[in-house]
Amino acid sequence: MRLAGDSGDGIQLMGSQFAVSTALSGSDFATFPDYPAEIRAPVGTTFGVSAYQINLGGGPITTAGDEPQVLVAFNPAALKVSLPLIAKGALVIVNNDGFTPRNLAKAGYDSDPREDGTLNDYQVVAADISHLNLEAVKEFGLSKSEGGRCKNFYALGMLLWMFDRELGPIEAWINRRLASKPTMRDANIKALHAGHAFGETAELSANISQFDLPKAKMAPGVYRSITGAEALALGLAAAGELADREVMFCSYPITPASPLLHRLVGLQELGVGTFQAEDEIAAICAAIGASYGGMIGVTSSSGPGIALKTEAMGLAVSAELPLVIVNWQRGGPSTGLPTKTEQSDLYQAVYGRNADTPIPVLAASNSGECFDMAIEATRIALRHMTPVILLADGYLSNAAEPWRVPSMSDYDAIETNALPDSDDSPQRRAFSRDETSLGRPWVTPGMPGLVHRIGGLESDSETGHISYDPANHQRMTELRANKVDAVASYIGEQEIEAGPECGDVVVVGWGSTYGPIYQAARKTGASFVHLRHLNPFPSNLGEVLAKFDKILVPEMNNGQLVTLLKDKLCIEPESFTKVTGHPFLIGELVDKIESLRGKAV
Amino acid sequence: MSTKLTAKDFATSQEVRWCPGCGDYAILRAVQTALADVGADPDKTAFISGIGCAARFPYYVDTYGFHTIHGRAPAIATGLKLANPELNVWVVTGDGDALSIGGNHVLHALRRNVGIKVLLFNNEIYGLTKGQYSPTSRVGTASPSSPTGSVESPVSPGQFAMGSGTHFFARGIDTDKKGMGDVLQQAHAFEGTAFVEIFQNCIVYNEDVFADFTDRKTAPDTQLHVKHGEPMLFGENNSKGIHFNQDTLALEVIDVTDAKDEVLVHDERNPTIARMLIDQKTPVALGVIYRQPAQSYEDAFYAKHPTQMKRRKSVADIIEGPSSWTVD
Ligand code: SF4
Repeated sequence: MRLAGDSGDGIQLMGSQFAVSTALSGSDFATFPDYPAEIRAPVGTTFGVSAYQINLGGGPITTAGDEPQVLVAFNPAALKVSLPLIAKGALVIVNNDGFTPRNLAKAGYDSDPREDGTLNDYQVVAADISHLNLEAVKEFGLSKSEGGRCKNFYALGMLLWMFDRELGPIEAWINRRLASKPTMRDANIKALHAGHAFGETAELSANISQFDLPKAKMAPGVYRSITGAEALALGLAAAGELADREVMFCSYPITPASPLLHRLVGLQELGVGTFQAEDEIAAICAAIGASYGGMIGVTSSSGPGIALKTEAMGLAVSAELPLVIVNWQRGGPSTGLPTKTEQSDLYQAVYGRNADTPIPVLAASNSGECFDMAIEATRIALRHMTPVILLADGYLSNAAEPWRVPSMSDYDAIETNALPDSDDSPQRRAFSRDETSLGRPWVTPGMPGLVHRIGGLESDSETGHISYDPANHQRMTELRANKVDAVASYIGEQEIEAGPECGDVVVVGWGSTYGPIYQAARKTGASFVHLRHLNPFPSNLGEVLAKFDKILVPEMNNGQLVTLLKDKLCIEPESFTKVTGHPFLIGELVDKIESLRGKAV
Repeated sequence: MSTKLTAKDFATSQEVRWCPGCGDYAILRAVQTALADVGADPDKTAFISGIGCAARFPYYVDTYGFHTIHGRAPAIATGLKLANPELNVWVVTGDGDALSIGGNHVLHALRRNVGIKVLLFNNEIYGLTKGQYSPTSRVGTASPSSPTGSVESPVSPGQFAMGSGTHFFARGIDTDKKGMGDVLQQAHAFEGTAFVEIFQNCIVYNEDVFADFTDRKTAPDTQLHVKHGEPMLFGENNSKGIHFNQDTLALEVIDVTDAKDEVLVHDERNPTIARMLIDQKTPVALGVIYRQPAQSYEDAFYAKHPTQMKRRKSVADIIEGPSSWTVD
């Protein structure tokens, strides 16, 4: 289903509430919010269209859906933008009141699509949603614009009827959210009920039939709906709990990374602090300062902001301080497409620093997994005393999905390296190393009898003093590389996500393309290898991939993982790229796999 | 601590590598002495620096120390102070580090009033990179990057600090032991950001640029050591004073022999007087020019934080969110 309208129509709110109701009804779902870069783009224009796509159903859902079967369009622009994306024969609900001559012209329609045959291939329900809604809320004496703002709940009421959903949870949400504005609260609830009743009345029942979805087969447990930003915030707080340290999150506002900041502000009682810095550089530097002071320093941004943080990452590598850096990737280069998703910061994460400055890189594949990956990133940072980059993306930041709530007792405590008991100088003790992780103890100012100096100048491998000794620099460069390689001995072996262990085609993916690749692999019987660790790779990755004739790498960039695989494993994968700002469609992946098989024959 | 530490106890084994005769040596000694005098605990003291000649400082002070990257020391010190407000945190910076590449961080540290002591070693030149003009260099400074003389107006560290909302501004001269000792102790005692401009002689690239007022012989007539609540007197036998001319709305030098009442008494809380003192050329104002006590950033941060950064709840308490459902 796709909901589309103007930025001011409350589409995102309506979509997320529908997602909640889907979850409560026991169906699986995945969502794809698709909103414009402008905060309030000009009304009625195609570039101002805000949309929310949700895929729901009985089987496991891993993507926001290829071709929506239901479209709700609040105005001609929403219809124009969405029509190419939906399935032929889909149900199209249009708001008649939005189809004024002015709006038709703004959307670039010469004639009315409702009448000129444009919608011949679809089941169309045209309703005067704005009008009906205003009628419904008339009794509250609201202004026209206030009353108009209830129309998303009117439309939501219609949808809830179509999908046979309870109104209760949404009503409870409105009650909570608008507790301080009783009139708006009551008007919205009235609109919700009126929309529901409208669906039920004879006027429409001939056209719309209720969609009754089978319940999804999901593993037993407690579930909730969660976005990537919520899961990552909880994961960072959980990491703090597992390490018994406070978490200091330092960031500068940027799309689409800001939701993480907002979520963490709500988790302060879990020992989380948030600092809004003056710029991206200050954000990472304050996080480094917090780590130096003994808290878990975390910073987050999107590609352009991460670029600004690069020099400071080198400092954290040199000074051997723990740090978690989250990158919510978006389309680029430069400012690029702030609200559209891409996976194009992989080079930046793995290679993008001056000098030999290796950093472990991880990537989350879905919203819920952001929780585990935040814990994993912190674990690596504290064990190896290194900055760690966690790649997420704009899609994950906002996409809600059902998540089986884990138990904290399933996670091991996060350990740091022990301080050696010796008569050595404080400097030597602070720079002693664990033999396996190659990490040093986390000695922080305030600890008695351990004063020492650290910094960005090359340091002596044993004392941390400034050292210009050539042999020492060779040693330290190798140490930094070995330290990141050492991560591989802790992360476990690469497993196959779906399909056989050997065969003609294996599809290799990373990050938020998990869903469509998983589905395409299942449909075609191809194997699927999904990478959560991108630097270093799991040590057996080469072996796993060697058992296939062809390796297909679909990516939402211009072929960056392909380069990485060629570089590290000396293999020749087939690249398949898409940078339209929209997720891969299962169909196009299936076609690609089949065509590759054709070539293989 | 049972035995009182001396300046020597704050020296490290590292060989100090500034040019012989550099003003930094005197500042290092003054800081080590001040640390001993205030009874600083080395375990709870940290020096954070950026890049430049001055930035080597942490390696020479036997406390915790972090030599970071160009311009960013105030941001790192802010994070450190948030993580552990108990620490005594000093930032050592230069004119390029603080007012060029790191200007933004100084501005924000000052307006937030983070509890750090910022020592700005102002030598009006880039020393470490071999003598280019800096943001505080005077117009006409000939340097490798401005052989015919620089054309940019210099920034005034004091005015920059005042404009950024500083709560403490003081000045000292590298070799003036007494003045430096006093200023450093006052800075140490201040709760928020204590911003101290130190006139530092770079004998290699900008020798004697401050000689017109640092020369000991002429010092009585060229230096004004201000003290809160005391009349602003200077010159041989305190024969001269600073007067506020109500017609021109400016400070002027007067002979005090028969005009003692006309001399302005220093009020360190008056920002207008502070601004005028900062701009005054002869005599140059030294000591604590401006001080406006206020809650430090970290105090405000912890006071606002619902649990003062403590973990009062477990993730397990809230992980299920506002609504959840069970699948059997
Ligand atoms: S270049 Fe100037 S400031 Fe730097 S150490 Fe030498 S004398 Fe001191």
